[in-house]
Amino acid sequence: MPKVTIDGHTIEVPEGTTILNAARMIGGDVVPPAMCYYSKLKTSGGYCRTCLVKVTKGSEKDPRPMPKPVASCRTTVMDGMEVQNKTAPDLVEARRGVVEFLLCNHPLDCPICDQAGECSLQDLAYEHGLAKTRYEFSRRTFEQIDIGDKIKLHMTRCILCYRCVKVADQVTDKRVHGVMNRGDVGEISTYIQNAIDNDFSGNMIDVCPVGALTDRTFRFKSRVWYVNPVDAHRDCPKCSGKVTMWMKGNEIYRVTARKDKYNEVIDWICNDCRFEKKEVSDWKIDGPAKIDKTSVISQNHYTVKAPSHKPMLNSVNMVGSKQIGE
Amino acid sequence: MEKIYFPAIIGGMKITLSHFFKKKVTISYPEEKRTFAPVYRGQHILKRDENGAERCTACGLCALSCPAEAITMVAAERKKGEEKLYREEKYAAVYEINMLRCIFCGNCEEACPKEAIFLTDRIVPATFKRKEFIYGKDKLVEDSNNRTDVSKRQTPDVLEFKQDKNLKHNKI
Repeated sequence: MPKVTIDGHTIEVPEGTTILNAARMIGGDVVPPAMCYYSKLKTSGGYCRTCLVKVTKGSEKDPRPMPKPVASCRTTVMDGMEVQNKTAPDLVEARRGVVEFLLCNHPLDCPICDQAGECSLQDLAYEHGLAKTRYEFSRRTFEQIDIGDKIKLHMTRCILCYRCVKVADQVTDKRVHGVMNRGDVGEISTYIQNAIDNDFSGNMIDVCPVGALTDRTFRFKSRVWYVNPVDAHRDCPKCSGKVTMWMKGNEIYRVTARKDKYNEVIDWICNDCRFEKKEVSDWKIDGPAKIDKTSVISQNHYTVKAPSHKPMLNSVNMVGSKQIGE
Repeated sequence: MEKIYFPAIIGGMKITLSHFFKKKVTISYPEEKRTFAPVYRGQHILKRDENGAERCTACGLCALSCPAEAITMVAAERKKGEEKLYREEKYAAVYEINMLRCIFCGNCEEACPKEAIFLTDRIVPATFKRKEFIYGKDKLVEDSNNRTDVSKRQTPDVLEFKQDKNLKHNKI
């Protein structure tokens, strides 16, 4: 069991664990952000470089530091390794550069984009304070493509994380889309305008960290922070049937898979659950979905009980009355 | 005893008389109008851009920032051929401000990323029905023939303020 120290926190992890997963075991501020790594998808990670960390001590046997920042999602831990994430200012600066590169070709259309409010890239840019761009050249643009009647592809917003490709490979039984061309001109495409028609293709929408793949049935219907996330389930013959419904009143605006705190899907859901079942009677409600209180989605949702002084006064009265009674 | 009243009465009349020659403090409103500060916060306007297309893209940030929850909107997708009507791919099909709820704080104007909504120096007129206070796009969108100047609200200071990250307002 190798021992690894990340930002001063020491943890023992099984052999072959990546630095990113070790950091997630510790949790909290130590966890580097990840745009392409997805714990539920095999061979994901290694494309976006946002999870960079600084290794100040390689291992117990070879204590030399690694010469440059390494991608924590692809680097496995060694015994006695010491890693810096938030505590290294030069690393934060390096990550800031990576985010700036990701934003080079990303359009500033958050007011229009349906992903705004639950977008990983938006959070990442906000965290690093990148309000302005230094990029002066024209951004690459693409026509919007409808992949089937349920999914919309905005190639301009894509950061080429390959997550949707991995979903198609590992969750659905046939992949008809992939990344065409290389480098700067790489793009997600179905090659010849092919509809992605598969029972689990909707999961591509959930894994997309940006707004490149969006739900056409929810397109421009509302903003994510105006709809209430509610956990629900149904007996589905194809999938687990555990979903989050996004509701306003009694109307279901959209259905997504449940996500964990790293914004990763917990259980894949099928397209029937996602696109077809939009009646409240189709579902059994489990309760309000847990949303991070710093998220914009929790705005204006009065789920937290307001602190009140009444119980305190009552208890004082009770004590008083008891005394009188005695 | 009666002698004592006379000087007091004369003194009072003097004050009354002096007011005839003083400047009036009241104004007769509809005919006469007070001058407002250039940044007076009155009735809202939804601006059009220089080509006459609506700037609002129904992003919902004004409604989110609204402390009185006075703003509601429904977004719609722009169709082909409507590029001259709407600036962005998405637009507000319905945009309503409840003027009874609105407290004219100007947060919507501050939150707007598209510089679409501004408060103007117009006063919301009084009416008898509550329904009439819910202003739709017919009343809010700027008339393209009769433009409203909001340049005073967009001074370089304001724009610079929005970008200064050291200010508490813009802090991460």
